[in-house]
Amino acid sequence: MKIVYTDNNATTQVAPEVLDAMLPFFSQFYGNPSSMHSFGDTADQKIKQAREKVAALIGSAPEEIIFTSCGTESDSTAIRAAILSNPDRKHILTTRVEHPAVKNLCEYFLKKGYRVTFVPVDRKGRLDISFLKKNLTVDTAIASIMWANNESGVIFPIDEISQIVKERGIIFHTDAVQAVGKLPIDVRKVNVDMLSLSGHKIYAPKGVGALYLRKGTKFSPFLIGGHQEGGRRGGTENVASIIGLGKACELARGHLDEQRTRVKGLRDRLETELLKRIPEAMINGDQEHRLPNTTSIGFEYVEGESILLMMDRFGICASSGSACTSGSLEPSHVLRAMGVPFTAAHGSIRFSLSVYNTPEEIDCIIDNLPPIITRLREMSPFWKEAVG
Amino acid sequence: MWEYTDKVKDHFLNPRNVGVVETPDGVGEVGSLACGDALKLTIKLDENKRIEDAKFQTFGCASAIASSSALTEMIKGLSLDEAKKISNEDIAQYLGGLPKEKMHCSVMGRDALEKAIGNYYSEGEKKVEGEIVCECFGVTDLEIERAVKENSLETIEDVTDYVKAGGGCGNCHEKIQEIIDSVTGQARVIAKAHKQLTNIQKIKLIEETLDREIKPALEKDGGSIELVDVDGNLVMVKLRGTCATCSASEVTIKSYVETKLRELVTSELVVEEVQ
Repeated sequence: MKIVYTDNNATTQVAPEVLDAMLPFFSQFYGNPSSMHSFGDTADQKIKQAREKVAALIGSAPEEIIFTSCGTESDSTAIRAAILSNPDRKHILTTRVEHPAVKNLCEYFLKKGYRVTFVPVDRKGRLDISFLKKNLTVDTAIASIMWANNESGVIFPIDEISQIVKERGIIFHTDAVQAVGKLPIDVRKVNVDMLSLSGHKIYAPKGVGALYLRKGTKFSPFLIGGHQEGGRRGGTENVASIIGLGKACELARGHLDEQRTRVKGLRDRLETELLKRIPEAMINGDQEHRLPNTTSIGFEYVEGESILLMMDRFGICASSGSACTSGSLEPSHVLRAMGVPFTAAHGSIRFSLSVYNTPEEIDCIIDNLPPIITRLREMSPFWKEAVG
Repeated sequence: MWEYTDKVKDHFLNPRNVGVVETPDGVGEVGSLACGDALKLTIKLDENKRIEDAKFQTFGCASAIASSSALTEMIKGLSLDEAKKISNEDIAQYLGGLPKEKMHCSVMGRDALEKAIGNYYSEGEKKVEGEIVCECFGVTDLEIERAVKENSLETIEDVTDYVKAGGGCGNCHEKIQEIIDSVTGQARVIAKAHKQLTNIQKIKLIEETLDREIKPALEKDGGSIELVDVDGNLVMVKLRGTCATCSASEVTIKSYVETKLRELVTSELVVEEVQ
């Protein structure tokens, strides 16, 4: 069966160019970049180039890039570093819709006695900026606010927020895992101190990420060990994956236009056609400020896991904000924070496209999803009541 | 991804008896949109008061739909007294098992069946008994206590898996723990009391438990069990009827007979099948 993969905010395929760049560094040029011989130096040189490519994608200097193992490590490193280097400050400001990598870490610090403010969002998933302003204090060690939301795709005005945060002399971190590669990002123009990105969301493999650390920002390493990454992250480099991430960032610069035009076009058609064919369906999130590849649609009176498993029979891969898929009992914290009604939250499906998706794949979803929703609604005790 | 059995997948993709029976004799509705799953069961009786037809409408995940479908198949042809005996465990077993986190789907089936039968006897909508413990999912202390007792639940997580309580804000975790403690505490007291048994008392109690609890359960499946000997804490038994040739007899002995005997006689017992 052909797979129609529209779950790219979860993970992406490794681009063929990325894989090609990586392969020689497993069994051919396997030297340790730290070694004092030219065999090891081959790997070291490649890592240098990779660092330059990552830096070029976000407009930083190469030495401001620290390679990590994933987005979660980057987030953890950033937040812990800010807290450790500001021992007198006992407050963290974040949002109610962060990825678990930030959300659960903040909740951990809450239990450790820190004060944490979770800035709310409105029905469209837009951040309450005046609430944010009011809650930044002299006690705030760090503000950590995602660039774009993984579930709704809503983009936060990071430029405006960074000015507010930096005016008050507070460290500003952004989890840009979903934004990098989909939106132009330039840290010369946007005043963030730290920025997290992840490889496997941008066609590099799983197990590699990076943290941008603005020069002059107080720092404290999360992994203490060798001198790697300028002493900022111990541990022998994941050479092949770092080279893969570098290649992926180079490709991503070339993809930015395609994301804005072709990928967005496919997303818009998918969304429009589904809403046309399926009654009682709604888009979750601000359509004006949204990632070009993401749509979250709530189908009322049906449950997400059932939709996913029925789509699975057609090879269609997406994800859901429903409770049942995650093993928890409540719909996703993002949809709840947005106040999406329960009737739609349990039946919300996220499609996230990639540069590899084709119009035929979008047709496959448009053809197969409406009958699935009809079938499940006919089974639902609420459907006829609601319509009739 | 959940590990669903083929039977769960089959009942999800090809659900039996979807809909509402005409002029139903009993209707049972449980769950809500807010909770994330809901089931409406309707039953029709024949002139002998047996369930002639049963249909369901379900909003929920794959295992909720499969549990509902299984339930309707299981109860067709049963008298109301027979149907009453169906437990959530029976529904799960019919489907070849459910992931632990999804056991609440089988509990929902059992609850809907109870309500439909109650509705036939026009007990009307029973008032919610007990006190609400979990505000998020509207679960009472009595419901939690029942689930803990019937399924030998040990942790808050278990309770959440079976009746959803505690799966939301988490404010009720302390209360749930108290209920678990009070139920298992009771069990502990009973086990302790039995510890002082003499050999004769112990053997008698094993015999009683087999006759009262275990044999009737096995007889439902056409099997039976016979006590051969007791040596210290070793209980030797022989399986009879369909159980004797059942490939799952080892499981029956260990996970059912032994558990039951340990619970009701003394926790040190080991049960073994002899030929």
